[in-house]
Amino acid sequence: MAEIQSNTAHASEIAGHEYLAFKLGAEEYGIDILKVQEIRGYEAVTRIANAPEFIKGVINLRGIIIPVVDMRIKFNLGEPVYDQFTVVIILNINGRIVGMVVDSVSDVTTLTPEQVKPAPEMGTAFSSDYMIGLGTIDERMLILVNIDKLMSSPEMGLIDQLAA
Amino acid sequence: MTIDISQFYQVFFDEAEELLAEMERLLLAVDVESPDAEDLNAIFRTAHSVKGGASTFGVTDMSEITHVLETLLDRIRKGEMALTGEHVDAFLAAKDILKMQLDGHRLGSAVDQDAVGDVRMMLQSLAQDVPVVALAPVAPAYNAVETKVVDHSGGRRYRLELPAMAHREVQALGEELGLMGHVSITPLDKDRNAMLVTTHESLDDIIAICSFVLNPEDMQVTELPALDAAQTQKEKAARDQVEADLGYGFFDSADLKPALATGEGYGFFQPLDEIRANAAAGSENAQGYGFFQPVEQIRAAAGIVIETPPEEEKKVVKKEEKEKEKAPAHAGAESASIRVSIEKVDQLINLVGELVITQAMIEQRVDTLDPMVHQRLLASVGQLTRNTRDLQEAVMSIRMMPMDFVFSRFPRMVRDLAHKLGKKVDFITNGAATELDKGLIERIVDPLTHLVRNSIDHGIEMPEVRRAGGKSDAGRLFLSASHQGGNIIIEVSDDGGGLNRERILAKAQQNGLPVSDTMSDAEVWQLIFAPGFSTADVVTDVSGRGVGMDVVKRNITAMGGVVDIRSAKGFGTTISISLPLTLAILDGMSIRVGDEIYILPLGFVIESLQPVPDDVKEISGKGRVIKVRGEYLPLVPLHQMFDITPRFSDPCQGIVIIVETDGRKAGLFVDELVGQQQVVVKNLESNYRKVAGISGATILGDGGVSLILDVAALIRSSRQLADESIFSS
Repeated sequence: MAEIQSNTAHASEIAGHEYLAFKLGAEEYGIDILKVQEIRGYEAVTRIANAPEFIKGVINLRGIIIPVVDMRIKFNLGEPVYDQFTVVIILNINGRIVGMVVDSVSDVTTLTPEQVKPAPEMGTAFSSDYMIGLGTIDERMLILVNIDKLMSSPEMGLIDQLAA
Repeated sequence: MTIDISQFYQVFFDEAEELLAEMERLLLAVDVESPDAEDLNAIFRTAHSVKGGASTFGVTDMSEITHVLETLLDRIRKGEMALTGEHVDAFLAAKDILKMQLDGHRLGSAVDQDAVGDVRMMLQSLAQDVPVVALAPVAPAYNAVETKVVDHSGGRRYRLELPAMAHREVQALGEELGLMGHVSITPLDKDRNAMLVTTHESLDDIIAICSFVLNPEDMQVTELPALDAAQTQKEKAARDQVEADLGYGFFDSADLKPALATGEGYGFFQPLDEIRANAAAGSENAQGYGFFQPVEQIRAAAGIVIETPPEEEKKVVKKEEKEKEKAPAHAGAESASIRVSIEKVDQLINLVGELVITQAMIEQRVDTLDPMVHQRLLASVGQLTRNTRDLQEAVMSIRMMPMDFVFSRFPRMVRDLAHKLGKKVDFITNGAATELDKGLIERIVDPLTHLVRNSIDHGIEMPEVRRAGGKSDAGRLFLSASHQGGNIIIEVSDDGGGLNRERILAKAQQNGLPVSDTMSDAEVWQLIFAPGFSTADVVTDVSGRGVGMDVVKRNITAMGGVVDIRSAKGFGTTISISLPLTLAILDGMSIRVGDEIYILPLGFVIESLQPVPDDVKEISGKGRVIKVRGEYLPLVPLHQMFDITPRFSDPCQGIVIIVETDGRKAGLFVDELVGQQQVVVKNLESNYRKVAGISGATILGDGGVSLILDVAALIRSSRQLADESIFSS
């Protein structure tokens, strides 16, 4: 209970922000637009040996090397097909640049605090730890993801965790 | 006219730091028994420059210490005192205090005022050792002007005919000589001047001072007979006339009491308040110049040492120093180098890296063109390629710094440490001019410091022990740097006791490390890099401080380097560090496995070959080995390490590259060689994390990314792979 409250408190803090909505399979997700650096098409990646399957590899983004993760593989949503419509969202997570492959990007919407409902304990591919809440726009429902927390989690394995 | 000098603070801080480092270097180099006059002068000059800068910027605490230091140095320089070890210690302590004060001003760090006081006392008491110097109380200064004026008239008079030189320098010289006695300047023809000095000091001293600004041989010196009162009066009148014309008679002395009464307006008899106001405002009018003189006179009268001068007096001194120091400081800054922030250089290097990639792309694109039709385009591209390479090399060299940057900090540490431990150590450096990337230089300091400490603490024995072993009392500690191929080799070497094999083995056993008596020496020496390993009988604050050997090894490995130990009992130990020259760029060989292209750093490659089936042997459970010129080397199939579907799984169809790292060779089995190229190393960890077997990434000509192989790690993990397969089978 306490956790839900803290989640809602957090939500009201950052709500009123703009969210970038994107699709993974049938579900629609939203992330804080300020974390998004750019959106680009999918291009050939250089595979990294012995990395988990959802880490597609690394690409050259104007001279810097960034990893690309496929959320569809990571969360087992939709078919990981790569065609001219496949989109990579380039995120800037506390100075670290990460590319995230999604099915498609829909739009940017502004959500007021009232539109953000606390996240349920279950029901999505994401653990509720990484969720801010659920955003509702008329009939649409956005699963709002705390992308900072998700991308820096040990589960993603994108950052060297401090040696225990 | 007001100038905002705050913008120059950084320059002063940087300069002072360099000067202090220089002073320390000189002090350590000086031969105490028979000091070279030039060395002493050089030390004096550094102290003097620091004082000048400090006064200019109103850093009074530093100028006070340097002043006392300078006084003592001056006496030694003039031969009034013999240089002793005690002096050098005191000077080094003073240098530390100055550094502390400098940091205090720059970084706001704490300054230990007690230590400052102690050092000042020490310097002053050393300066007082000479009986002729009486520390007369000097404050309050301005009341003293009339009473404490020294009568130089009894001294000898010298006429110095100076060669042609800048007005400013004549002025500076006049001020300098003013410390010894009474000086007046008479202009001769053109730029030449004659100086009349009345002093008790010897002629040699005068010449010594003059030699700072001119060649003594160009100067004509004549001794004049002592003046009688009438002559004095006459000369004074003549001088006054000249000075009135020229307006710089301010070196003239305060023994001209009559001038006091007339209040002629040279400035130094103005009411105190006005002087203060002038000094504070940095007034540059002619009047303002005059007030230097009394201070100098008083100083001379008081045997030069000034003890906590009153505020207004310091301001006056400050002004004077400013005049003197400005010119040389400017000249020095303009000529040799400029200061650029490292970010700018790195940005430049990145941009050039991009340019190289773009150039490679263009080269690749035009390769497909018909050379007959596009001859001129191709020629231009060829030129672009050469220019880009040159540019890249030039830019990379900006980051290169001489090892001296690191080495220069050791003599002091060695000296102090040896002193503390009661050992005698001769410290010898070699190859200080060897250049290394700045990033690496900074990171090598800590490991190297630890190794040097270790050598002194554990390596070099006490003088008695050394004597018993038939060696000289003083141990020798070598620090050397040299280039070897694409690497720089840094060695810390001592002629001490050497590593003790038995003790290391016993200690390792105690620590539960897997050891056996049949291990080779090299393997035994590597044990000292294990975490928490120490064979020291007693933990002193020397060996207990800083990083351990495991951290040394880890740091160096992280820089792409290798540590190697050679040791012989009774003859000493050499620790050799091999580092790549730079991290930013490397010569690589591109290789293909399956669809992937990897870069293999060329430094590791010995040769590549296509083996014949007879040379490849299977060792059950341990993978395959390849026979190369009678040597059996483990075969490391890259496709297996990286889980790639290869084109060839038989080494006889693909290519085997013989690589060497840590003194071990292995055969890396790949599909084919693609080519050889220089690559700009990009960090994988800045946006991702460390990947086993990969040391970095680079961007290929087509804009794609290629990973750079970490050969050492690959060979290590292939060995582990083999070991694991033994356990699992």
